[in-house]
Amino acid sequence: MSPGAASPIGLPLDRVDGPHKVSGSATYAAEFQPKDTCRALIVQSRIAAGRIARIDTRAAETMPGVLRVLTHLNVERLPQQGRAAVKPPAGREMSLLQDDAVRYNGEPIAVVVADTLEHAQEAASHIEVAYERGPAALDFEAARGGAYPPRKTVRGPPDTTWGEGASALDSAPVRIAATYTTPYEHHNPMEPHATVARWEGDRLTLWDSTQYVSGVRDTVAKTLGIPTGNVRVISPFVGGGFGCKGSTWSHVMLAAMAAKAVGRPVKLALERPQMFGPVGGRPRTEQRIELGASRDGRLIAVCHDVISHTSSFEDFVEVATSPTRALYAYPNGSVTQRLVKLNLGTPTFMRAPGESTGTFAIECAMDELAERLSIDPLELRLRNHAEREPDTGRPWSSKRLRECYRQASRRFGWERRDAKPRSMHEGPWQVGWGMATATYPAHRQPAQASASLARDGTAVVRCGTQEIGTGTYTVMTQVAADALAIPVDLVRFELGDTRWPRAPISAGSMTVASVAPAVRAACTRLRDALAKQDRRWLDAADDAGRRSAWRALAASQPTATEAHGESHPDASEDEQPFAARSFGAVFAEVRVDPELGIVRVPRVVGAYSVGRVLNAKTAANQLQGGIVWGIGMALMEESLLDPSSGRYVNGNLAEYHVPVNADVGEIDAWMVDEDDTRFNPLGARGIGEIGITGVAAAIANAVWHATGRRIRDLPITLDKLL
Amino acid sequence: MEPPPRDPASVSRRRFLIHTGALTTGIAAEVRLPMSEAAMPAQAAGGESEMRLRVNGQVHALRLDPRVSLLDALRDHLGLGGSKKGCGHGQCGACTVLVDGRRINSCLALAIAQEGREVTTIEGLAAGGKLHPVQAAFVAHDGFQCGYCTPGQVISCVAMLEEARRGDASAVTADLDAAPLLDDAEIRERMSGNLCRCGAYVNIVAAARDAARRA
Repeated sequence: MSPGAASPIGLPLDRVDGPHKVSGSATYAAEFQPKDTCRALIVQSRIAAGRIARIDTRAAETMPGVLRVLTHLNVERLPQQGRAAVKPPAGREMSLLQDDAVRYNGEPIAVVVADTLEHAQEAASHIEVAYERGPAALDFEAARGGAYPPRKTVRGPPDTTWGEGASALDSAPVRIAATYTTPYEHHNPMEPHATVARWEGDRLTLWDSTQYVSGVRDTVAKTLGIPTGNVRVISPFVGGGFGCKGSTWSHVMLAAMAAKAVGRPVKLALERPQMFGPVGGRPRTEQRIELGASRDGRLIAVCHDVISHTSSFEDFVEVATSPTRALYAYPNGSVTQRLVKLNLGTPTFMRAPGESTGTFAIECAMDELAERLSIDPLELRLRNHAEREPDTGRPWSSKRLRECYRQASRRFGWERRDAKPRSMHEGPWQVGWGMATATYPAHRQPAQASASLARDGTAVVRCGTQEIGTGTYTVMTQVAADALAIPVDLVRFELGDTRWPRAPISAGSMTVASVAPAVRAACTRLRDALAKQDRRWLDAADDAGRRSAWRALAASQPTATEAHGESHPDASEDEQPFAARSFGAVFAEVRVDPELGIVRVPRVVGAYSVGRVLNAKTAANQLQGGIVWGIGMALMEESLLDPSSGRYVNGNLAEYHVPVNADVGEIDAWMVDEDDTRFNPLGARGIGEIGITGVAAAIANAVWHATGRRIRDLPITLDKLL
Repeated sequence: MEPPPRDPASVSRRRFLIHTGALTTGIAAEVRLPMSEAAMPAQAAGGESEMRLRVNGQVHALRLDPRVSLLDALRDHLGLGGSKKGCGHGQCGACTVLVDGRRINSCLALAIAQEGREVTTIEGLAAGGKLHPVQAAFVAHDGFQCGYCTPGQVISCVAMLEEARRGDASAVTADLDAAPLLDDAEIRERMSGNLCRCGAYVNIVAAARDAARRA
């Protein structure tokens, strides 16, 4: 940045895409309507296991407006039975009508294509299917006996020990052990998954609601057996994802296959109930934790054994042991991950995968240990603060957790807490205060970007990343303006198109850490190239001077000057000499109605150590939203499985409860000052996931403080308190 | 300080209940309409019906399947994609539009039943390229993330301000005879028909509070 120009990085700028989002001009996948677009509707299985003995589509095919009904009997045969791109968890096992098998209730078994949605819906109800039922595993408890270790997890091998492992528990003077459980959950972004597919010759364009345009392109091309370059994926706005739009699921491919079959563009939008099964969800977990400590509260050992469910056909591991391996300075530890196979759709990453479920267990266990030792829960955490990563001994790239504890506890008023449960009241309500540590690992992947100067003076910066609500348009505009030393309104950042340079999946809180350095690299190159021609804009004394000099430079360009940039971490996460992780401290107040068991959360306070913040406004919003997810996880979210049919009986937004406005009280969340340039050149670690972590534990701990009841089974619904 | 003057249209508990009852009946009648015997022939033929929809001040002549919802008519047939489809069952509020000034879930209303009514969508809110004050407040307070629920939230907020202005009570209104004051509890209650999965509620309340102050 030139002298005198204030950097826009960190400023709480309004979102650059805000005016589009509030006026309805932001266009989401299902709103793209190429000429002659028709509608496709997925028909789902009604049994949990077995095969299709007979499927009769004759009546449906003769109904008004129906163009085609695709089933396993007539659909195109794909290379390797549709499994050419399968490489979990990046490439999922899809249901592409290649055989008559049924593996879960709700699995796609047919696709109706019609001129209108109404005609497709009516025809779908006239398809008759006879099944041959097979044995279905639907009982998590019963399946536990067959729990097995997965081959690997995203955090390495399923079992890890350090120090003397579990045997160190034997020497601990104080021990606690407890089992915590979390339910099936589903993401339910507000925008249902949708794909519009159009073929032009052998070239395919997909408008898709996805967290990963390049992933969709690669998976679809490979599955169809066509060159990657023949597929273009466009996704300018995504109406929320939270993990479920990170994978290419069956409907994306089925839309492409349907469009090919009828020779017209096809729109396929999932209906809300169809989002409970075929597009992932959070796995159910059962987590046993044992902690050993000295009488003065020094942790000696931890054991954390997790069983989570997966589908009958693909392993997905909810690595709930991940936070346990990172949180405290236990010299000895042992963690294990096991899976049970059920006849359900494959689960997937859901906001703060591993860490959301794992922090519930370990942070409740820490509260139980604090109670046993008669030590304040915050003090217990401070005594065991991990100066290094416990299981590897590596130093942190940067960590300001102590400052988070200090700032958040002060803002919350924690020192006024009476340690005794049932000691605080407000009118008829029992009041409880609880706290927990939040944490999420920092990830970074290679990314590329381009930057060019258009003749009208607009700096056009492009990257094939995604906008899923996290503020990517805005933050990257700030990064580009900073590197180019121009006002932000002269930058236009474009994303969500596989024609732009490649970026990683928008997940795991890694977009900023991955994409921002690439954007900066491209813009720095463009700036250097332009400065050789005419550097007056860099030397201007004020914004007006910079603006006019920049415009003059643009107008003088014979052709647009363009530069490319890329960025990648120096080594893989395991090989880095440091461990990179975000932390936070979260405090919750609950009120419990002693007669009805109703739990309310009037306030949550959280301070977070997340590296450098690029936009204070969008960052705080992310943290607040994560905390709202934590309230939902603690008190209401649960997909209820019918054990006889294998169907989720509350598969809709009226009965699958997510927090509404009236469920949320005051939320005070902020970021402590930090700059983690060891992790990446921008100093940012990412912010999307950490907000949910620790919240369910803080609320459960507050419920114990209010009522004296330990609820170890989420969600904490009123029946569990009566 | 003097109490605020009573709006003659303000709602007593009795009137509130009457209104609520009327509303419920109205919705039931609307939903049942195409299933009534009078409407059966048109539907049985599987044909289309002609209808005139007045949307954002403009009249559109359409030939549509009588089963088409107002939401689908807007999105798929009039190119007004600002109203969002989150559930299709009136459970999420993303499709909220104004019909004759009142907020409704457009996914639960049939397009054909809106003849003679004035429909206002998010696209019709900004005047002369300038954001409506509620839209501006949502931008300034970052009252959204992904933006998918946002048109519904904004429309709902516009209607809420009008409902409060004319004295409609909510479930948390303590004094049913006084003009409702849009404090945070009132805003949270009145905006609870619009889900935001990103969880931007804190900022949505701030935006609504700001808009209420300026209204």
